[in-house]
Amino acid sequence: MENEIRVGRVPARHEVEGEALLVVDDLRTSFAVAAGSVKAVDGVSFELYRGHTMGVVGESGSGKTVLSRSVMGLNTSANATTTGSVLYAGDQMIGKSSKEKKILWGAEMAMVFQDPMTSLNPVVTIGRQLTEHVRYHLDMGKKEANEVAVALLQSVHIPEAEKRLDNYPHQMSGGMRQRVCIAIALACGPRMLFADEPTTALDVTVQHQILNLLAEQQRDRAMAMILVTHDLGVVAGRTDDIMVMYAGKAVEKAPTGELFAHLRHPYTQGLLWSIPKVTQAKHTRLNAIPGRPPNLIDPPSGCKFAPRCAYAQDICRVEEPTLRSIDTPDHVFACHFPVGTPEGEEAFARNVASDYPPALAAVGKLRASEEVVG
Amino acid sequence: MAGSGTSHLRPADEVLLQVTDLVVEFPAGRGRSVKAVSGISFDIAPGETLGLVGESGCGKSTTGRAILQLPKPTSGSVVLDGEDLVSLDSKSMRQRRTRLQMIFQDPISSLNPRRMIGDVVAEPLNVWGPKDKDEQWNIVARILDQVGVDPGPARYKRPHEFSGGQCQRISIARALVTDPQLIICDEPVSALDVSIQAQILNLLDDLKTEHGLTLVFIAHDLAVVKNISDRVAVMYLGKMCEISEADELYEHPAHPYTELLLGSSPVPDPSIDVNDVRVIEGELPSPLNPPSGCRFRTRCPLADERCAAEEPIMRRVGEDHFVACHHPLIEPWPDDATIATPVALGSNQNGGSPTV
Repeated sequence: MENEIRVGRVPARHEVEGEALLVVDDLRTSFAVAAGSVKAVDGVSFELYRGHTMGVVGESGSGKTVLSRSVMGLNTSANATTTGSVLYAGDQMIGKSSKEKKILWGAEMAMVFQDPMTSLNPVVTIGRQLTEHVRYHLDMGKKEANEVAVALLQSVHIPEAEKRLDNYPHQMSGGMRQRVCIAIALACGPRMLFADEPTTALDVTVQHQILNLLAEQQRDRAMAMILVTHDLGVVAGRTDDIMVMYAGKAVEKAPTGELFAHLRHPYTQGLLWSIPKVTQAKHTRLNAIPGRPPNLIDPPSGCKFAPRCAYAQDICRVEEPTLRSIDTPDHVFACHFPVGTPEGEEAFARNVASDYPPALAAVGKLRASEEVVG
Repeated sequence: MAGSGTSHLRPADEVLLQVTDLVVEFPAGRGRSVKAVSGISFDIAPGETLGLVGESGCGKSTTGRAILQLPKPTSGSVVLDGEDLVSLDSKSMRQRRTRLQMIFQDPISSLNPRRMIGDVVAEPLNVWGPKDKDEQWNIVARILDQVGVDPGPARYKRPHEFSGGQCQRISIARALVTDPQLIICDEPVSALDVSIQAQILNLLDDLKTEHGLTLVFIAHDLAVVKNISDRVAVMYLGKMCEISEADELYEHPAHPYTELLLGSSPVPDPSIDVNDVRVIEGELPSPLNPPSGCRFRTRCPLADERCAAEEPIMRRVGEDHFVACHHPLIEPWPDDATIATPVALGSNQNGGSPTV
């Protein structure tokens, strides 16, 4: 499906039907810091097809943002090391120089960031920020580029687009700014869009509008999209697949419907249970996950989620589980005692019976002041 | 929406805080002024949590701050325990401050990065509490323990050594040390992950039971507000749309705005088609030049000429459920308890079928 606003690039250059646009294999990114090496992404693999959306879910510090930055090759600081393989349309991204990547950034893959205020330059007009890479990648003149910019602003539903070109970011509301950021990301017709917590800084009403806009643009342009968020409520109903990350690893990965129907990893369950729902009565005790994500310099041995896990047994603290499947081959998870299986339920019941704090938290019986431990 | 009227207020002797006709204006240059809050009234009973919901710019934070007289409201009254805070001079107001505390949205920037946690939490006591350091520390340690921060190691640490969730716990401890009657929580969980958000909501609920706290909880996420609140008030562009007991509001929203807000809340269930949900189109109009009549009419699916001409008044639609709308989604009660609104009941249902 081509869109008239999509300009410049000849479509369907490399893509062959049925071949993944993005193949990530054993991607690892670490940052050298004084205290050691922070393994922010620790062996993540996935595939993404054109026109598909993948949600990446996890808490702060789970590595989801570093993952998308690593795929795009944006971790250019001197202390960052990225290994593994990222094949974009058959082209290896790892090891490309910044100069080579610059040709791809904006034109082939683009990113929408969390905070629309800080990702726009406050002293440059919207028009100039929109036309900057249109002129760079597509070699357009000023007038032509301005016409493209107006069309782009209209496509993200910004009223009076012509007038907006001379505006500065502070003259727009948060939702409008995020629309501008999306327009900038879409300007050169990328085939791969990363949206890193695009609505976390916004109101629920605006969040809904922005997510709908992203979905609409993704459909119209048949882009592949990675939607990074900490809220399972945001990705439900808007993604084809979901990958749940914890401590730099993918702990569960499945098609969206399958994940919600048969979630297997206790962490996924914990995330889902933490969300207050409008259908619950007021003052419903939330089944919080106690503690917080581990220190990635010196993570716990065995399963990294074990100290916070309501299902954890002795083996979990020693042996790290690997990704496996029991339902369908495309639903994988890394857990010794999966949710909804006899061994998992048994482990959970055992932990509740022995007053193990994470298990008590999962049944809403732990005092909130004790939820920090772990 | 744009609701005025005070029919939803309870008798003054049953409530801890009563706010009537609160107006807060800010100068906007060239002789103009922004009416951030334009005439809202509500009350809070002791031990109750009132949720204030609305989009950015609806005046919910300004309302919270006006209760604390930061800044003093332009007009209206804020009566705490039978005493009007607006009419107090600054010295007497300062003495009342121990009874009112606030928790802010950004946990990290609301703590001074150069001070140690023990001192940050003890600061309110320096002003109003015991001056003896050991006595102060006893109080601080007890409160830190209650919010789930290990007091010993935390005492000499600085805010950057803690995560966002921990910093929010410390902010809550600081608000609690003076043993306040009322705490204003201004989006205390909006900057946190869902997992940490759940911990903080549970904590506030526990503390409320233990300390008998009365809370004003400001947030834009309806699901969060429902979890923590006994009553919920929905605001739009400086006015009150609807106020109700929490469960009732979510089951039977009476204001079209509330219904649309409910639809926008993300639900972790893939079987719900996100495209089926009606969304609020457009953006909040400028508070410099608000729409005439009902302020929501420019975005309301039920709006007609009457909404442009006449501002709706709070009317009762349930036992503890009031709405300011000409076309409420629930049939209003007969005009006995409400301020006289000469409206025939049959005529205000055009287009709006009750949604349950």
